[in-house]
Amino acid sequence: MLAFLALIAGVVLGLLINPEVPTVLQPYLPIAVVAALDAVFGGIRAKLDRIFDDKQFVVSFISNVLVAALIVYLGDQLGVGGQLSTGVVVVLGVRIFGNVAAIRRHLFRA
Amino acid sequence: MSTDDGEASRRSGRQPTGVGWPGGVTPDPAPSPPDAAEPSTISEPGPGRRSNSASAMIAVLLALLGFAMVVQLRHVAADSQLSSAREDDLVSILSDLEARETRLNVDIRRLEDSQRQLNSGAQRREAALADAARRADELGLLAGALPAEGRGMRLRLEGDSEALSAGTVLDAVQSLRNAAAEAMQIRGAHEEPVRIVASSYFVDQNGQLKVDGRLLSRPYTIEVIGDPSNLRSSLTIPGGVVPKVRERGGNVTMDDLSIVEVTARYSPTTLKFARPAS
Repeated sequence: MLAFLALIAGVVLGLLINPEVPTVLQPYLPIAVVAALDAVFGGIRAKLDRIFDDKQFVVSFISNVLVAALIVYLGDQLGVGGQLSTGVVVVLGVRIFGNVAAIRRHLFRA
Repeated sequence: MSTDDGEASRRSGRQPTGVGWPGGVTPDPAPSPPDAAEPSTISEPGPGRRSNSASAMIAVLLALLGFAMVVQLRHVAADSQLSSAREDDLVSILSDLEARETRLNVDIRRLEDSQRQLNSGAQRREAALADAARRADELGLLAGALPAEGRGMRLRLEGDSEALSAGTVLDAVQSLRNAAAEAMQIRGAHEEPVRIVASSYFVDQNGQLKVDGRLLSRPYTIEVIGDPSNLRSSLTIPGGVVPKVRERGGNVTMDDLSIVEVTARYSPTTLKFARPAS
């Protein structure tokens, strides 16, 4: 519940402040957001499975974001940034799908 | 974002076991302690404090996520994606634009050429049109198709049928033509005026004058446009119209006018024999 409120608070804060994205971060922010979403869906699934561990969630969230950003950064340095970020998004998308499917099975038993 | 991540990882670094965890999202059930599933309801001091700080951490992370999501959405919506595009994409977009610019420049040149051609054509046509209109006006005045006005004189011929025979009137008209009269009309005492043109004819009929098929009653008035002094001298020379009419007991009065209106129009007859030869 607190987490959900925090999410909403973050959204409101973003709407209120409306900051510019620094140019350096522009390639990484979308990937980081997708990675964080992946972690959040994983957390929800774990919660429904009653195996949620807050420590693990925090660590997986941060490491997800960092690893995703690192991969994109590496790709940019190697000159394959576009392809690699596409790959990261695909992998994360597949995982989000899997997690959402598990959540759906929990909620609707189908 | 990277500073936020750094802060977050520093905070997570304070957690005793937080750093060494594998990056998987779906947690392995084995290492999770049973009390972690419901962090907020735990009341024991040790794990409770940890859960509280962990859930605060989660709240911070999710707030960051929401923030970043909104910022990114705004960014994408505001930016038409050019500033977030990669170098090769930008290069291909640029070369596309350059090719398009070349094409459009060629188009512009072609259209400008055709515009110039059309403009000069239009100017030529306008000039030709103005010329034709001017000539149509002149010819219309000469042929009596248009009403005319200008400097000239009014000529009043009085007398009996002998003094004002058709031949005398024709003499008067010829004298006026010799004096470069440009437009003329003749009217009787009561009738509508008749335009005098090159083909007008004058005949006597039962003591009356017939001009272009219309009978006129005395006295006659001729309105003529031209230089008044020339007209007057051509009429009054010895042996001219004025002495001849006065000799026969008639009278001629001449009024110089700054504006003479020749309102009658010649109604053209269909030509039987003449047709234009090109």
